[in-house]
Amino acid sequence: MLTKGKVKGIISNLVIVDVEGPVAQNEICYILMGNIRLMAEVIKVQRHQAFVQVFESTRGLRLGTDVEFTGYMLEVTLGPGILSRNYDGLQNDLDKFEGIFLKKGQYNYPLDENELWDFNPLAQTGDQVQAGSWLGEVIENWVPHKIMVPFKFEGTYKVKWITGKGSYRIKDKIAVLTDEAGREHEVTMVQKWPVKLPIRAYKTKSRPFKILETGIRVIDTLNPITEGGTGFIPGPFGCGKTVLQHALSRQADADLVVIAACGERANEVVEIFTEFPELIDARTGRKLIERTTIIANTSNMPVAAREASVYTAMTIAEYYRSMGLKILLLADSTSRWAQALREMSNRMEELPGPDAFPMDLPAIISNYYSRAGYVELNNGKTGSITFIGTVSPAGGNLKEPVTESTKKAARCFYALSQQRSDSKRYPAIDPIDSYSKYLEYDEVKDFVSEYISPDWIDKVTKVKDVLIRGREAQEQINILGDDGVPVDYHVRFWKSEVVDFIILQQDAFDKIDQTTPLKRQKYMLDKITDIINAQIQFDSFEEVAGWFKKLINALKQMNYSEFGSPEFVRYEKEVDEMLTETVKL
Amino acid sequence: MTQKTAFQKVYTKLTKITKATCSVKAAGVGYEELAIVNGRLAQVVKIIDDEVTLQIFAGTEGIPTNAELVFLGKPPVLRVDDDLAGRFLNAYGEPIDGGPALTGAEREIGGPSVNPVRRKQPSQLIATGIAGIDLNNTLVTGQKIPFFADPDQPFNQVMAIVALRAKADKIILGGMGLSNDDYLYYRNTFENAGALERIVAFINTTENPPVERLLVPDMALAAAEYFAVEKKEKVLVLLTDMTMYADALSIVSNRMDQIPSKDNMPGSLYSDLAKIYEKAVQFPDGGSITIIAVTTLSGGDITHAIPDNTGYITEGQLFLRRDAEIGKVIVDPFRSLSRLKQLVIGKQTREDHAQVMNASIRLYADAANARTKHENGFELSDYDERTLKFARDYSEKLLAIDVNIDIDQMLDTGWKLFAEYFSPEEVAIKADLVKKYWPSRN
Repeated sequence: MLTKGKVKGIISNLVIVDVEGPVAQNEICYILMGNIRLMAEVIKVQRHQAFVQVFESTRGLRLGTDVEFTGYMLEVTLGPGILSRNYDGLQNDLDKFEGIFLKKGQYNYPLDENELWDFNPLAQTGDQVQAGSWLGEVIENWVPHKIMVPFKFEGTYKVKWITGKGSYRIKDKIAVLTDEAGREHEVTMVQKWPVKLPIRAYKTKSRPFKILETGIRVIDTLNPITEGGTGFIPGPFGCGKTVLQHALSRQADADLVVIAACGERANEVVEIFTEFPELIDARTGRKLIERTTIIANTSNMPVAAREASVYTAMTIAEYYRSMGLKILLLADSTSRWAQALREMSNRMEELPGPDAFPMDLPAIISNYYSRAGYVELNNGKTGSITFIGTVSPAGGNLKEPVTESTKKAARCFYALSQQRSDSKRYPAIDPIDSYSKYLEYDEVKDFVSEYISPDWIDKVTKVKDVLIRGREAQEQINILGDDGVPVDYHVRFWKSEVVDFIILQQDAFDKIDQTTPLKRQKYMLDKITDIINAQIQFDSFEEVAGWFKKLINALKQMNYSEFGSPEFVRYEKEVDEMLTETVKL
Repeated sequence: MTQKTAFQKVYTKLTKITKATCSVKAAGVGYEELAIVNGRLAQVVKIIDDEVTLQIFAGTEGIPTNAELVFLGKPPVLRVDDDLAGRFLNAYGEPIDGGPALTGAEREIGGPSVNPVRRKQPSQLIATGIAGIDLNNTLVTGQKIPFFADPDQPFNQVMAIVALRAKADKIILGGMGLSNDDYLYYRNTFENAGALERIVAFINTTENPPVERLLVPDMALAAAEYFAVEKKEKVLVLLTDMTMYADALSIVSNRMDQIPSKDNMPGSLYSDLAKIYEKAVQFPDGGSITIIAVTTLSGGDITHAIPDNTGYITEGQLFLRRDAEIGKVIVDPFRSLSRLKQLVIGKQTREDHAQVMNASIRLYADAANARTKHENGFELSDYDERTLKFARDYSEKLLAIDVNIDIDQMLDTGWKLFAEYFSPEEVAIKADLVKKYWPSRN
């Protein structure tokens, strides 16, 4: 018997329900407003009253309206056909809705129940299996999509029967499993999972060790993120957060990309809808949209569903990770999610924490980040979720609760600087304030010295020093004047400019420069290291700027040229000649 | 105001009155429903048990505990039809121009959002004739962008110019806390331009109660949606001043004992503003809603919660600045940004647009550096001197808001100024464009 209740109070999208029976925290209920069913989630229970957050507008709702509880938490539907779809925060397929406007109380099935999938069994009758074990696979776009033992199955099971090769719909029976007590359970290609709980169908979660190539030099070279790592990008508006996230979603070396557009501009999502079906993924030669799933809960869509959207995205990522895939999960912006929490906490008249955010905000954020990671599955294969979230700090001030809480949870910090953005030095990631904790990992050091080169980290450290010393020299020049400092200060400053222009700055709109493979990054870092180490002599400061500007221009042309092409070689020769001539002086 | 009918129950016992709200014991009331309290319009904002709290738009001054209260059984509505065109209305959508009552069908304001997959990427340029906008910060239909301006800056004039030149099918003006003088200014300007039949205005002046303002953006956008969706028209919505709107929000949340967040604004400020601005949209069948708003700043502070939240929602922002050297107001090329400009630059405008824009801004930045250098007592080089001269001309001939030329002329002016003060190497534009557009010497 499911619990029923009646509406007792309404404050915006917080509704208080008098219940006759048991209710669970986070249980889903429906408010029966005439022929419209409003979905809501229990967020607090007090005596006989449940406080529920409604995922829709409550306009017109009346006292005494009937409420039906469902007995389950907010769940997503997992099965073949998720990729390339555009979902809202509650996993409704946005393309299936009719009409221009989103109507209240409209929900739909997130997958296609009639589509046929070519099933290929991987398990055999008699096999011992457990939650997450691969029973078979279908090909989704180009991805081998594993059909798994439902994550909700506890303990071990024996495959009693599994269907043969053939075409099936997602809800067709494809296997029968027997549990330890001898009961039989039917399995289809689709299963459900509550979004607020992590999927733990893996053996171990280990420390990340492998660098995830993003093609963005200021990230890969200076502060790399790892497969299964976490990072965040805080920055004031107008600093290029979104351009950077879009670049990551296009270029990163991941099998699949899940994007949670959480409380941000609708036109930015439209940009992905418009461009991704056209863009080609260089690694697979497939359309980018084929590896991308978008959870769009833009800023004008219901606030409570904004919170759900990040969990929906994470659960979908965990589902694909269990298939042994490499997932990149992006959330833009986690501040909007935190604000949704704040709005509810405020309506429930909870005692507020800093800036009126709920007291448990740091716990909620770190709990979410902890769901990313590199895992070894029970069958020995590996999978990963790399998570990068953006943060939109109020007033661009990084000393605010969301940024501070996230800083504790994420291992990479990519600070976008207003100053760099104002001077059009994109991507505006501040090379000195930003960090990657992964550079301190022995596992990562070992990987880098084998995969890139043993002296890589030393060179990267050196480049960072050059940037710091360049900044100091620039300050001295500004205070004392061009001729008030030794010529050497100018050289120091311009060496840091070489690093800035050639490694840090990257043209996101140029076909070649927008993505730099690690191999090419190594080549350029070596080149820049040579320049940094060169003892360049000048007679007066007037010569310095001109010479370096010319050098930077030639190096920049290298960045714009196809790697190893005749132009590339020509510009490189130009650079080398400049170096030998001057060093001879 | 909507007349009450004989069947409606009249409540006469208010249980609580604050400066903006009142409460009453009542049953069967819908959330966000309208009511009339002693002739004043009110809206349900909270229902707990049988106690209903209403915000009274006109304020509670003089409301007695035995006031007559009647629920209207519907949320705020606007009567939409073609007869909206040319009308000046108040925050409730009632005529203030002495004309006849509206006759259209009632439509709920603050309606649902557009399904993001039904939007089209904005791609149509809006020409304003102002080079500071068209050349450097090109606007696109379906965009939402505010002016961040100090109260003393002429933003209302600039908005009126933009609106009249924008070739929109309809201009919808939402005036919030507008001074009566500014209201009359808009009215006269539109009338003199012979554009009245393209205008629909919803006006709340400083003479009206502040809480009434909360209805204005939703009214304006309900009218905009009617023309954009049903008539497939290009609609331009002007909202001035959104800071006044946000202030009204904070008044109400304060009266309802909500815990304030940054700068005493309600915690839901971001969502409240986003609900308005995200109504800007390009529909696939040609209709569009473009929003140009004004957010007044206090002493140029953009870190205050209102401009800050706005900046995260809108697609860029425009700054006005008084250039003392030429004695005119210019559109600041450094701080202004139109995020959607790359959708049209070089696509709907000449191929050299992006390069001319970037080069001139870079040279203008060099001039700013030269000025700092000069102020710090360092000597200026010949190049510095030339950038300063260029900056003056650039400001006068392109950035000033009284410029009115088409984009090709702006680009030609740009090239002319480059050639006057610099060599092609110093301007550093792609060689093939220099060859094609660099003016020959004579």
